[in-house]
Amino acid sequence: MTVLVGYVPNAFGEAALTAAVEESQRRQERLLVVNMSRDDVLVDARRAGEEQLARVGRDLAELGTEFEVRQIEEGNDAADALLKVAADEKASVLVIGIRHRSPVGKLLLGSVAQRILLDASCPVLAVKTG
Amino acid sequence: MDNLNALLDGFGAVLTPVNLLIALLGVTVGTAVGVLPGIGPAMTVALLLPITYGMQPTQALILFAAIFYGGMYGGSTTSILLNTPGESSSVVTAIEGNKMAKAGRAAQALATAAIGSFVAGTIATLALVFVMPQVVEFAISLGAPEYLAIILVAFVGVSAVLGSSRVRGLASLLVGLTIGLIGIDFVTGQQRMTMGVAQLADGIDVVVVAVGIFAVGEALWVAAHLRRKAAEVIPVGRPWMGKEDWKRSWKPWLRGTAYGFPFGAIPAGGAEVPTFLSYMTEKKLSKHPEQFGKGAIEGVAGPEAANNASAAGTLVPMLALGLPTNATAAIMLAALEGYGLEPGPLLLEKQPDLVWALIASLFIGNTMLLVLNLPLAPAWAKLLQIPRPFLYAGILFFASMGAYAVNSQPFDLWLLLALGLLGFAMRRFGLPVLPLIVGVILGPIAEKQARRSLQLTGGDPSGLIGGPVAWVCYAIIAAVLLWPLVAKLLKARRGGDHHDAETKTEVSV
Repeated sequence: MTVLVGYVPNAFGEAALTAAVEESQRRQERLLVVNMSRDDVLVDARRAGEEQLARVGRDLAELGTEFEVRQIEEGNDAADALLKVAADEKASVLVIGIRHRSPVGKLLLGSVAQRILLDASCPVLAVKTG
Repeated sequence: MDNLNALLDGFGAVLTPVNLLIALLGVTVGTAVGVLPGIGPAMTVALLLPITYGMQPTQALILFAAIFYGGMYGGSTTSILLNTPGESSSVVTAIEGNKMAKAGRAAQALATAAIGSFVAGTIATLALVFVMPQVVEFAISLGAPEYLAIILVAFVGVSAVLGSSRVRGLASLLVGLTIGLIGIDFVTGQQRMTMGVAQLADGIDVVVVAVGIFAVGEALWVAAHLRRKAAEVIPVGRPWMGKEDWKRSWKPWLRGTAYGFPFGAIPAGGAEVPTFLSYMTEKKLSKHPEQFGKGAIEGVAGPEAANNASAAGTLVPMLALGLPTNATAAIMLAALEGYGLEPGPLLLEKQPDLVWALIASLFIGNTMLLVLNLPLAPAWAKLLQIPRPFLYAGILFFASMGAYAVNSQPFDLWLLLALGLLGFAMRRFGLPVLPLIVGVILGPIAEKQARRSLQLTGGDPSGLIGGPVAWVCYAIIAAVLLWPLVAKLLKARRGGDHHDAETKTEVSV
């Protein structure tokens, strides 16, 4: 069984990662960190750089938990990609960071978090930043 | 000082609220399309052509010139941040600019590019004010044979000198000339290459060709390569430069301008050669040669200035001779023809108001661009996060609408599709697009001059090489075409395979 966390290089991603580490230690399960970047844009603010992922790896190695860092670079839908990994890995819990979105923002861009909450077949841990 | 007086009149004409608004719109759109790789000022001007037919010619030209200059500014942003040059002329900027950005000096790279572009653009536009009327004076005395010879130099220049392969350039030029032949022969009234299709009798509208090749062709090409890994965001602060950066930048700016303007002004110039020359010069003259290849600010300042100066320079042959040497100028010429104005040496005499207002608008546009680009660079960088499918769907929509609007006949849409596929195939096989569009626009003019000279001499071909100007032109053409052969022979004679460390940059329009 696996604790799966959707990681993005910002405060929301860090909050989710912190919660996911606690969760994996509590459950005594492997931690799988996934960063997804779309392949139909030139620049994606949610893409974690090599250095960032390496830092995450170092931090996790220090904690001594069993973990894997994975980068997904195909597709243009983070919700789909995460849910697919969750199903493939039979994740016991999926950790995501969420944030407040204005109604207009939701209308225009949709909400990745909302689709994950509604469509996931495993429990979802939604983390807010303080 | 007639020129300056005329220019001041031009400022008077431009400084109306509507014209200023149009210039602002132009520089904004221009910067935006310059930032997005694949969408250049040429494509944008082609897409806007049908829309501007309702405007006054002066206003339309102000808009186009603003987009042209704006594209130069925007292109440098993409080169620096993404290492994907938005324009062929910013290829060299990417070499050092992207290294600077990766080293956390994106703000300085953007600043030196923007301020350098402003300095170069202003000086070069001023040079345009003084040089262009002289060229016109010289050009007015030219007869049909000389004019034909100059056009042929432009043909050889855009196809054999610019770009990486002569054969491909010439092939593209021939395709363009062929498209230009379609329609009714103006001397005999015979239909040529119309294949009995009534709609082809008037020839293919340049708008349809330009939109098909630039917009549809590019959209199909990108659609074929839609999936690509995204890059990370490079944090861009507000561009600024320290004292040291200023000190290292101002000389490259001036040297770049000195390279760029003359190259832009000759009918076979373009921006690729001067930007490259400027880069090599700065590398040699720099006090910090060890920084080259690792993000030297001189390597951004020089080429960026050269690039903008040459953009101003290309307006010299365009306004004085009616010869386009880059794609955007080619389409601006098509626009002039669309308004029933005849581009060429007589334009300045017949439409001085239009020409001087256009030049005055360049000064104003250039200043707007500096104001727009320095504080707003981070906002422009955000444009890169737009998903490509949105962009290209929009382009195809505007392309179809524009092509249909020209003559309101569905036939044009089929033509557009065919030309789009041609544009796609050309990109696939590495054929440059510029010679084609120049061939379509200048082909009929060259033919007219050739047949006029032949009519004057009663069909005697010796009439085609009358006058010293024509001799010089044909000598240049012969030299350009024969040079590779001669170079090969010389090398064979020397026997060594002495290879210059020449960096070839693959360039398409």
